[in-house]
Amino acid sequence: MSTLGFCDLSIAYDGVIAVNSFNDILHSGEWLCLIGPNGAGKSSVLRAAAGLVKYSGSVAIDQQEIPATSAKWRAKHIAFVPQTPLMPENMSVYEYVLLGRNPYIKHFASESTHDKQVINKVLMRLDLAQFAKRMVGTLSGGERQRIVIARALAQEAPVLLLDEPTAALDIGHQQQALELVDDLRREQGLTVVSAMHDLTLAGLYADRLVLMHQGSCVASGDAQTVLRSETLAEFYGVSARVHHEADGTVVVIPQRANSN
Amino acid sequence: MLRAKDNFAPRAGTRVAYLSLVSFALLAIAVLVGTMIGPAGPQWWRVPIELVDRLPLITVDSGVSPEEWNIVWQIRMPRVVLAVLVGAMLSVAGASYQGVFRNPLVDPYLLGVAAGAGLGATLVFALRRSATENWLIDPLPLAAFVGGLVAVFATYMIGNTFSKARSSATLVLAGIAVTSLTTAIQTFVLQRNNDVVRQVYGWILGRLSSATWGDVRLILPYVVFSCVVLLMHRRLLDVLRVGDDEATALGMNIRRVRLTVVLAATLGTAAAVAVSGLIGFVGIIVPHTVRLIVGSSYRRVLPLSILCGAIFLVLADIPSRILADPAETPIGVVTAFFGAPFFLLLLRMRKNQV
Repeated sequence: MSTLGFCDLSIAYDGVIAVNSFNDILHSGEWLCLIGPNGAGKSSVLRAAAGLVKYSGSVAIDQQEIPATSAKWRAKHIAFVPQTPLMPENMSVYEYVLLGRNPYIKHFASESTHDKQVINKVLMRLDLAQFAKRMVGTLSGGERQRIVIARALAQEAPVLLLDEPTAALDIGHQQQALELVDDLRREQGLTVVSAMHDLTLAGLYADRLVLMHQGSCVASGDAQTVLRSETLAEFYGVSARVHHEADGTVVVIPQRANSN
Repeated sequence: MLRAKDNFAPRAGTRVAYLSLVSFALLAIAVLVGTMIGPAGPQWWRVPIELVDRLPLITVDSGVSPEEWNIVWQIRMPRVVLAVLVGAMLSVAGASYQGVFRNPLVDPYLLGVAAGAGLGATLVFALRRSATENWLIDPLPLAAFVGGLVAVFATYMIGNTFSKARSSATLVLAGIAVTSLTTAIQTFVLQRNNDVVRQVYGWILGRLSSATWGDVRLILPYVVFSCVVLLMHRRLLDVLRVGDDEATALGMNIRRVRLTVVLAATLGTAAAVAVSGLIGFVGIIVPHTVRLIVGSSYRRVLPLSILCGAIFLVLADIPSRILADPAETPIGVVTAFFGAPFFLLLLRMRKNQV
């Protein structure tokens, strides 16, 4: 249960600006979805929050700025699920999920009974108990995604960052993964930030969308406000119809450029 | 019904304990056999009896003369103990290097320690080895040790200067560059001193034949220190298996861990190389064999590599004494000759299992 704030966040790679003065505040338990074309800076914002790139400005949890030098403190508060996690083929699922406890284990110590209990709870919650002894390399794409989320949960961090969580999944597993994140968020009050390309899914699950373009936030609000065909045409250069369902769902349908 | 208090952890613990016990037993047997076999000295079966006789409160007549005992104690024993230390060191260093660079083909000589030590040794040979015979301290291991450390230090500085990112690829490339440069200098020196080529070549192939208790005392502190530091990092090496980015996101200071592991492994390797020359293959084949048996977790691979490395080198040293009796076969030749087919056999067995 924590708020997450970005204040004047800027990132540059070799002098090329990737994110330019990004500001946002998420309230506790909110799901924010970053959308925008490739190279807009979505992943960079997530990677900065996870401590993987250098940035200026600050990222704060419950108004406390994350210290640049303590990777452990950060890992106890922010869990990061990368777009394509590196999966060591010959590691058991149990060992893999156990890695999530690293920030709590002293440098040269090994895991405590409490750490094992946390792992067991997480495995139970995600129905992974029967996978515990399986090797990571033998799992399917959907199962892999679940153990990466399990590892993130084992960090017991109040903030969860997801970079393209559905990119490698079929439509059924996309739904399963996002439903799982949504359930977990409601159960545990997680604050979630995800970067996503599928605008309809983004609008369906997130409380709020932030549209990024060339490193800046250009629109913020709920799906109805942000997903408009003029906006999408301007920033994605796409020709798309936006359809509003009766229940409030916003559906984005791409159209052939010359079909009007 | 599954419950949260059930333990889903794979029960690897008992199996590892069992394997460690077996490894210790094998090591004890290997050491015993190593002291029993060799040209000259007492008949082989008399050695264990004499060893029992030397235990306090027990007296058995073994028929070993004091001169023969001298051969066992002053020539064979230090050689076996040195094989234990060098084998353990090279294996655990190899496993650790493979861990920090996440590359299964890496050996402890990757960052230039071998080439640097080779250059150091070559310089000693070229600058009239015979003149140093009466020196209080033999300069050969020292020069090799210092050469190895200097080369790795150079690699590390170059790698860090040119790489702003947290990548280990630059470090590996810097290692290749330093190795090439060092080898070039070594070749140049050798060309100018044709007469020492044979000696240098013999040194490079690795040998334990001239081992003394002095050698053992020389490297013991480094090997123990290095092994302890590496063992302390075994859990962290597992975290590193998910890559630099994810390990960082999991709260690990990867730069510090990588630096510490590389330094510790290099220090121990340089010490081992200094007294035994370059014994190839051990640092790759032993860790991989261990992985095939107990899986890839460094929490199991590192301790078992220490034991298995020691066993492997003690055993490899036995044929190197008797194959070309009375001459010595370089132990590097033996490790490769017996190690390679054994490794292929293991790979094949593994393939059939899967």
